Amino acid sequence: MLLRPETREPPVYAVGGITLAQWRLILLGAGLLVVAVIPFVLKNFYIFQITLAIIYAIAILGLNLLTGFNGQFSLGHSAFYAIGAYTAAIMMENLGINYVWTIPAAAAVCFVFGFLFGLPALRLEGIYLALATFALAIAIPQALKSTVVEHWTGGVQGIVIIKPDAPFGLPLNSDQWLYVLTVVVALIMYVCAVNLVNSRTGRALIAIRDHPVAASAMGINVSLYKSLTFGVSALYTGVAGALGAIAIAFVAPDSFTFVLAVALFVGLVVGGVASIPGTLVGGLFVLFVPNIAESVSKGLAGAVYGVILLLVIYLMPTGFAGLMRLITAKLMRPSR
Amino acid sequence: MELFLHQVLAGLATGGIYACMALAVVMIYQAIDHLNFAQGEMAMFSTFIAWQLIQWGFPYWLAFGATIVISFAAGVLIERVVLRPIHDAPVLSHVVAFIALLSIFNSGAGFLWDWTIKNFASPFGAGPFLGQNLINKHDAGMIAVTILLLVFLYLFFRHTRIGLAMRAAAANPESARLAGIRVGWMTALGWGMAAAIGSVAGMLIAPVVFLEPNMMLSILLYGFAGAVVGGLTSPGGAVLGGFAVGVIENLAGTYIPVVGREMKLSIALCIIVAVLCVKPSGLFGRPVVTRV
Repeated sequence: MLLRPETREPPVYAVGGITLAQWRLILLGAGLLVVAVIPFVLKNFYIFQITLAIIYAIAILGLNLLTGFNGQFSLGHSAFYAIGAYTAAIMMENLGINYVWTIPAAAAVCFVFGFLFGLPALRLEGIYLALATFALAIAIPQALKSTVVEHWTGGVQGIVIIKPDAPFGLPLNSDQWLYVLTVVVALIMYVCAVNLVNSRTGRALIAIRDHPVAASAMGINVSLYKSLTFGVSALYTGVAGALGAIAIAFVAPDSFTFVLAVALFVGLVVGGVASIPGTLVGGLFVLFVPNIAESVSKGLAGAVYGVILLLVIYLMPTGFAGLMRLITAKLMRPSR
Repeated sequence: MELFLHQVLAGLATGGIYACMALAVVMIYQAIDHLNFAQGEMAMFSTFIAWQLIQWGFPYWLAFGATIVISFAAGVLIERVVLRPIHDAPVLSHVVAFIALLSIFNSGAGFLWDWTIKNFASPFGAGPFLGQNLINKHDAGMIAVTILLLVFLYLFFRHTRIGLAMRAAAANPESARLAGIRVGWMTALGWGMAAAIGSVAGMLIAPVVFLEPNMMLSILLYGFAGAVVGGLTSPGGAVLGGFAVGVIENLAGTYIPVVGREMKLSIALCIIVAVLCVKPSGLFGRPVVTRV
């Protein structure tokens, strides 16, 4: 075969004369435009729901950093979400601290907690780790109800928070303001996550997922990175928890049962494992599909939800991100 | 001392429930290499079928046998219809499929049979066992059935061709297929057997905890716990693990004052995490050795 010099250049993949990278930018720009328009065109209730979906997406992003990029399975992220939510609630109600400061505080508390939990988790893999984290998900709501901490957590009743209004006299109602706050926090979190995954550290995380032995042979400190990932993952989920507490203006132990952990896990798989944009789809799925199921049939809502879930897995076994990858692979042809 | 003995025996009685469930969990783990989160709900659904048959006037043991057969068939059917099409999908997608099944069975049972608590008859009666007040007849019967089931499974897996084929299919599907074993059907058989064992567990547990769609949620958890403590690769270990979890839970609830009733579950789970940290593949499990 003759090798012509010009074919040595890497082929540029394109649809309609626009390259993949340009398509990504266009989609990102369109997405940001939609996000910016939402608070001014939708009704308050829908703004509130989309705020919640973004909050779930942040939590799923945290889970994805751990499971998708580092290969550690967790069914206990509701615990970190709960810790973040309670940190925010207790700081606001018992200590009278402004809600804005509760978000970094929740991040710090959850990072420490996640890191510490990550240490024993180092010894566990796969299904065993899933069970240990599941144990955490079960234990946290019970611990929050226990009489020892009741003074702080409010026991079964939980804590009611006052919903914050927009600062600086901005012409926004509290739902719109919370939406803006959530979007800003989410943007920061997503940019950090993208940078993390594309950095040297991110490559180390992926190497550990794909082949721990080879990774340690390359000089990666597997134990340190794994526990740190647990910490960072908990940090993301904790921030989501704090935002969730502020948005809903109420925390109670029974909102953070393992049902939430399972929901986050489902969101992760539906969005696509190891995909950062997929987490947004996951967040929307977690929030809206149970409601859709309930509107189809009240009595059989759980069954409808299960059937939808099965259909999703049949149609997209590798999640929404996998489907997108398949479509781009079909559409994209090398252009000169 | 009397209190201690009493609590140990009471723990063994509840441990019998967990051991039953742990056995079903390990069964399916051996057949498909995953933990099936829908296992508890499948057992609950089977128990409702048994209850319905008894309501229609079947004698207890006939209903018992019929339920086992129906559950077995349903288990095979679920594998063929629901899981066969996605057998190439990643593990995490399988777990989501299990969650979907859990949701469907839970909601379906609530829809068909209502969410109210129902009584379920015990075949062994409720009086004290051998004239002693320590343990009642039903608990003793439950422990006996669990041990019988364990012996049966041991014989099946160790001494029959089909048991060997099932173990081969789970341990190394490619080699098993080359040796002429129909791996797909072995998996389906594993699902059938797990569903059947689950139905036995459900029917034995129902007289104690009462029958309702959510009855299995916490029991499945203890079952998982027992299975993991004993080791997921060892049915005997799983049964022992189940009993151990029951006893530990009871003793912790009695002797550690802070724990009380509502924290029992957390304590049991903490113990499991502790055991796993020391022995990551359970007390009786074989450590997995992989070639690099």
